[in-house]
Amino acid sequence: MFAELLQFLFSGVTVGAIYALVGLGFAIIYNASHVINFAQGEFVMLGGMATVFFIGLGMPMPAAIFLAITVTVIVGFGVEKLAVEPARNAPIVTLIIITIGASIFLRGAAQVIWDRNFHSVPAFTGEQPIIIGGASILPQSLWILGSTVVIVITLHLFFNRTMTGKAIVATSHNPLAAQLMGINTRVVLLMSFGLSALLGSIAGILIAPISLTYTGVGIMLGLKGFCAAVLGGLGKPMGAIAGGLIVGISEAMTAGYLSSAYKDAVAFMIILAVLFFMPKGLFGGRETERV
Amino acid sequence: MNSLFKQAGLTALGAIMVAGFATGGAQAEGTIKIGSFLAVTGGASFLGDPEKKTLEMYVDKINADGGVLGKKLELVVYDSGGSPKKAVPFAKRLINDDKVDIILAGSTTGATMAVIPIVQKAGIPFISFGGAGVIINPVKKWVFKTPHTDTLAVQKIYTDMKGRGISKIGLLSGSGGFDKSCRKNVQKLAAGAGMTLVADETHGKGDTDMTAQITKIKNAPGVQAMMYCGFGAATSIVAKNFKQLGLTIPHYQTHGSASKSFIKNAGGGAEGVRLPAAALVVVDALPATHPQKKVASAYKKMYEAKAGSEISSFGGHAYDGLMIAVEAIKRAGSTDKAAVLAEIEKTKNFVGVDGIYTMSPTDHLGLDEASFVMVQVKDGDWKMLK
Repeated sequence: MFAELLQFLFSGVTVGAIYALVGLGFAIIYNASHVINFAQGEFVMLGGMATVFFIGLGMPMPAAIFLAITVTVIVGFGVEKLAVEPARNAPIVTLIIITIGASIFLRGAAQVIWDRNFHSVPAFTGEQPIIIGGASILPQSLWILGSTVVIVITLHLFFNRTMTGKAIVATSHNPLAAQLMGINTRVVLLMSFGLSALLGSIAGILIAPISLTYTGVGIMLGLKGFCAAVLGGLGKPMGAIAGGLIVGISEAMTAGYLSSAYKDAVAFMIILAVLFFMPKGLFGGRETERV
Repeated sequence: MNSLFKQAGLTALGAIMVAGFATGGAQAEGTIKIGSFLAVTGGASFLGDPEKKTLEMYVDKINADGGVLGKKLELVVYDSGGSPKKAVPFAKRLINDDKVDIILAGSTTGATMAVIPIVQKAGIPFISFGGAGVIINPVKKWVFKTPHTDTLAVQKIYTDMKGRGISKIGLLSGSGGFDKSCRKNVQKLAAGAGMTLVADETHGKGDTDMTAQITKIKNAPGVQAMMYCGFGAATSIVAKNFKQLGLTIPHYQTHGSASKSFIKNAGGGAEGVRLPAAALVVVDALPATHPQKKVASAYKKMYEAKAGSEISSFGGHAYDGLMIAVEAIKRAGSTDKAAVLAEIEKTKNFVGVDGIYTMSPTDHLGLDEASFVMVQVKDGDWKMLK
């Protein structure tokens, strides 16, 4: 009984941590530009696929991972420079549609450059499951959880202790005022895309040994990450983390105790319920708007 | 000046035409046109891509060997992207503008079903590569198909289970079209085969972890085996999760998992999994006496040399379709549509890569349970059972 609960919890937390990392990417770009970057899922895909590619070239795993992250960050910069920045004066909705275009382009390009098959990345430290209280967890899940914690702490320090981080936060609150204070908001936007690509690729690499990777892997993960970000309150990094874990755990619990057929439905119902009572999300607070 | 040139041009053209008729004679009065629309790009491109390559390389080969009835084959392929909406105008174009003699097309069940009314009305033989049984059941006069149906796969699995004394199974299925159709068959055929479903779980598209569902199956009372209906990356994830949870009951999957990448990506989880597969996929594991060994090996060799990638069973559907069509046209002695239709229905003991086809006016697939071989994964490779 307890073992079963623990098993569902392990499953939920592992998946939830990935949703959280993807959700974080959404939050960061939203903060800097109020754009919802629907190419976020493609960053996840690129991280995994590029790692497979570099390992295929015979590189050792750490080098392959490092290069894959670098490539994805460069692509992230590219999306901002070539797709979003030229249209930066366009309405937000236009920019969001541009990111959808970028996402379709990246997925198509990946299919042409690589292939349409699915691939696996070896687990970082073996495939032997660890048994805790009758439930089993893969070492890779621990990697995911550990990395998520480290990333959250690093991001917290970055946004609160460094000038660059503070500049991003300032831009998110009031772009005009930030610009008047001498912050280059265009660089901030560029950096936020790079940072999102970084997080996305890390998520993609971490999950690849568990979920495998293929050019379409980003579609669903991107959608779930977006839900996590909305649930937590768009633009709230901590909210995205909490949102991801809630979505992941509720999915696993529903599949385990109710019916797996309702798994996605329950997760989305929680999101609807939260947004109904707290339109700004769990961590959105009650901002008042001055007229 | 101008009209003079025109005059000269026309005369020359006339001369060429006369010469053409004179030398070509009755032998080369045209080509045999094969029309096709396939999901070459898009989500179902893993089906359409090998199908297109297969058609192209074998049409080239047949032409190099002298063609059919002394004529060259001409292939017209359109990319439907797997969309039924796009397939319909392509089918019309093939029939009305390209005036093809036969249609070998339809990577997906959806695209196939969408064009059936047009094909039926035009009265042109159509061999589909779509998977579901609904294409030929009930029988439609002009419509055939080459891939096995999931009904056959489930029957094969139940036969194997019965042989091992299994009667209580836990079912897990994905939510794609193939997955759902397979699940329906597992449910429908269970009673007749004396099977009881003690668990019936599903997972969503693109899910990355199925341990919750498999834990439920593990704890289902009396469960003797797990059966998975699914496709693509999920097949490997399920096998991984199965191993992670330390299950020891027999594990069955379908022909949807019959690719090397299933084994490779399951990280050892595929070991011991049993599944029904087309002879083509496990051709290396087949004994030399197997009737399909020769055909399947030849196709594998040709495809892998020309396409530069590993074979998939999907290209095999196109191979069988093309060969059945060519044989029927040869027997009919012309491309008269009614004659070709009659000859396709007379296809008997045709050894293809998917199985041995014996069609009839009431059976437009022509395969039975025997077209599958039951295999088990052993030491990272397929091993034929029995």
